[in-house]
Amino acid sequence: MIDFHDDKHKVKVGLAEMLKGGVIMDVTSDEQAKIAEGSGASAVMALERVPSDIRAEGGVARMADLTVIEKIKRAVTIPVMAKCRIGHFLEARVLEAIEVDFIDESEVLTPADEKYHVDKWPFKVPFVCGCRNLGEALRRISEGAAMIRTKGEAGTGDVSQAVKHLREINSVMKSLTVMSSDELYGVAKEYRVSIDLVRMVAEIGKLPVPNFAAGGIATPADAALCMHLGAEAVFVGSGIFKSDNPEKRAKAIVNSTAHWENYAIIAENSYDLGKPMKGIDAKSIPEDEQLQVR
Amino acid sequence: MKLPEDLNGLKALIVPGGESTTMEILIDRYRLRQPLIDFAARHPIYGTCAGMILFSSNVDDNQACVRPLNLIDIDVARIAYGRQVYSFDRQLELTLNGGVHGVSVSFIRAPRVTRVGPEVAVLASLDASPVLVERGNVLAASFHTELNDDTVLLNYFLRKIRA
Repeated sequence: MIDFHDDKHKVKVGLAEMLKGGVIMDVTSDEQAKIAEGSGASAVMALERVPSDIRAEGGVARMADLTVIEKIKRAVTIPVMAKCRIGHFLEARVLEAIEVDFIDESEVLTPADEKYHVDKWPFKVPFVCGCRNLGEALRRISEGAAMIRTKGEAGTGDVSQAVKHLREINSVMKSLTVMSSDELYGVAKEYRVSIDLVRMVAEIGKLPVPNFAAGGIATPADAALCMHLGAEAVFVGSGIFKSDNPEKRAKAIVNSTAHWENYAIIAENSYDLGKPMKGIDAKSIPEDEQLQVR
Repeated sequence: MKLPEDLNGLKALIVPGGESTTMEILIDRYRLRQPLIDFAARHPIYGTCAGMILFSSNVDDNQACVRPLNLIDIDVARIAYGRQVYSFDRQLELTLNGGVHGVSVSFIRAPRVTRVGPEVAVLASLDASPVLVERGNVLAASFHTELNDDTVLLNYFLRKIRA
């Protein structure tokens, strides 16, 4: 039985709530982490390689060496997140043991389990998981995720997939709110989640945990676009530290996310940012090389 | 509210949780520091967690160089109850307006009050540390009340607005 009022789950979702309106940045060193914090990032994701490098280098992508994560933890006071492979509950336990503040069970790394995700309920540390649609989101929430993010297509600098996933989740959620109770049973069956969870979403018209955007966000306007499409905060992966002027771009994305309804402020933050990350058209990537299908 | 002009017409303000570093950076980038200080001199203002850090007069061991607004004479230590894996929910007993209330609150990477000025009232403590303090218009809590349905503290704050 899913108990969203369980104290342990409440403080996990609570931290996710505190990150709303903010920007979570991928960093690979203590220097980058300090730049992120100084720009106004609300959290950092500690990595060995950003998604675009993982994509370019290929091979098996695993949890980062802990030295990298520890250095970043010491460098900043904002929450530090780290990624474990899908289904790799041992990597998750290790990250919990070194007291990272949030774990991203991430499709950017090579999945460790082809069938199962981590059962996230027994952990003290909260988890964020990616999704492409409402079914995936609700399955991850059933497993105990305290935050959901879109998958987008990581490491491309192409925001189109994050947009697609946000629109997909929102439009299906909207349709749930006007469904009859018998139709909701059909949804629960199709999504392989409990009817209680489906009813909850139908009633409140949103996910019971914060819903953030990730995957391909590279500009201040990209970040604000995701906020307009219902994201409550944004993750920026390769978009900042693979650009020409990370510090300036980081600040501009923080400002535009915080002021996502103020077009004049977003405009002010769209001048002279230097070259963005190069990027790849997400549609040009063959399906078996896409990270979102994991 | 995000810009100075957003304060126009407000009778009171709640500064909720979040990251105090992020909030302080945006306060200075968008010229909110003095308007917030002026607002607090005339209107009730309530800060939880990061809000408390921003209201304080001094941040101990200030690695991230957060410059607080100095609205209430307290010192705080950030993340002093531990990182996220040590975050907890607690039922606190509060004596407010002459009544005793059980209030359910969340401490999430919470700040600890390490010094309280002589004119600051301590309304609640946890393990000998003050967790809810007040002076004049300013009310500050180490914990979050915004994550729970409990309205005891909100009602208390509303009374300050009406007073």
